[in-house]
Amino acid sequence: MDWYFLTASTIKIIMFAFMMILPLVAMSVWAERRVSAAIQDRVGPNRVGPFGLLQAVADGIKFLLKEDFTPNHVRKGYYWLAPALTMVPSLLTCAVIPFGSNVLGEKMVIADLDVGPLFIFAIASLTVYGIVLAGWASNSKYPFLGGVRSTSQMISYEICLGLSIVPLIMIFGELNLGRIVQYQAENGWAILPLWGEGLTLKGLLLAIPVFISFIIFTTSMFAETNRLPFDLPECETELVAGYHTEYSSMKFALFFLGEYAAMIIGSGLAVTLFLGGWSLPFGWLTPEEGEKVGIFTGLIHIGVFFAKVIGFILFFIWIRWSLPRFRYDQLMRLGWVFFFEIALANVILTALILWLVK
Amino acid sequence: MAIVVKRPKLRWWEQLYLPGIAKGLVVTGRHFINTLTGRKKVTMQYPEEKWDANLPEHYRGAPALVTDEQQRERCVACQLCEFICPPRAITIKPEEIPSDDKWAKVEKRPGSFDIDMIRCIYCGMCEEVCPEQAIFLRKDYAITGTSRDEMVHDKKKLYEIGGVREGLVNKWNDLK
Repeated sequence: MDWYFLTASTIKIIMFAFMMILPLVAMSVWAERRVSAAIQDRVGPNRVGPFGLLQAVADGIKFLLKEDFTPNHVRKGYYWLAPALTMVPSLLTCAVIPFGSNVLGEKMVIADLDVGPLFIFAIASLTVYGIVLAGWASNSKYPFLGGVRSTSQMISYEICLGLSIVPLIMIFGELNLGRIVQYQAENGWAILPLWGEGLTLKGLLLAIPVFISFIIFTTSMFAETNRLPFDLPECETELVAGYHTEYSSMKFALFFLGEYAAMIIGSGLAVTLFLGGWSLPFGWLTPEEGEKVGIFTGLIHIGVFFAKVIGFILFFIWIRWSLPRFRYDQLMRLGWVFFFEIALANVILTALILWLVK
Repeated sequence: MAIVVKRPKLRWWEQLYLPGIAKGLVVTGRHFINTLTGRKKVTMQYPEEKWDANLPEHYRGAPALVTDEQQRERCVACQLCEFICPPRAITIKPEEIPSDDKWAKVEKRPGSFDIDMIRCIYCGMCEEVCPEQAIFLRKDYAITGTSRDEMVHDKKKLYEIGGVREGLVNKWNDLK
């Protein structure tokens, strides 16, 4: 047993998953409320702590102290399993996302897998089981409808999500997220190829399919994380609260936090694939492949990654208050008739560019 | 006659929806920036900021009893307000003014005068019906208490809120 490896991994898991992602989840709940308020000309929660920053703590205490009520008519086992199944996959997926270059020679990624995006899709699609089980086990009509909607929505958009990153993988020729970021740091971010090899005719031409990919990926991400305008599984106006209608207290909190965790991991993946992960623009402070960077530069890289993720989360919230909810048939049409075909055509377009332009 | 709603034929770039989404984002973004920079301010932070200075003259707050300029309580315990009060918030126990009192000629005064502020609906009927102009709705609106008993304003409290009101009805004056 390699003790160095184990210790380093444990520290990285604690630092990244528990010290960064979970607080970020709490903060994004706060940000959601403050930003939504600002967009609607309101003030939002500003009482607990400076700017209401401790609101998340107050919410947490409230969730812990509330009565954990289990209705009589539910299927107990599945009912208890469902909240965990939504939260755990979201946190598992953060294992492969590189959140920094390296600090003290240690790569800033928990598991340096060579199949990064595939791992994320495989694990993230487990989230749907949590929602389906919640809808099914609740044994009442609104959660059931929410669960059914969620299943079909997630299955439809998973296809677009997977297909939309195929062009990127073709361009990078790589499935290791760490090396994908390294490539982008040297040759321009995928959708902004303005330096290195990106600034050639081929690089600029490739930005077109990448941009299409980005739009499809982002939209599918909204659908995958059940965010507005695709929050049909829990749309309040139709289904009370959708699949988590029968849940209370900490079990509800797990659904709630799972949604935000999925949002953060989704943002993290989008940032890693399209916006150059931890890298600064124009190749500033970019280390060579495998080169050790100073601790300060390493910390800057971590900061850059989280700055981008936070920016992306703000975009999520911004979209939420800009677009109305889709009707269900529109959602399905968008997924199957438009995005699926566009994503397929996009793969061919990328292949043509890669083949024809030298 | 049926109204024919015009359905505009969308151009191809409009059918992409992306320009529309961008336009929507600009609108919400502008609201966000304006609220964030404080250029547009709608909300008043209540306990810190208050609107008291701008309350209109006719504002109907907590009802209160008033004394006249000679420290005589105006209320003569006619109980009209008690009877008119729609939620029956007012309870009056009249008592006779002893004959050696300075104001013995008034004959009656309220022994106790309770207004249950949990019941009060601030309608102002008591003020309207009072023949002596003894009860008025003041501008106090933050009536709080930690128990039901605390929310009942007794005579002392009512005079404390009301204070002295000069002029108006002078029929019990010394001069008369």
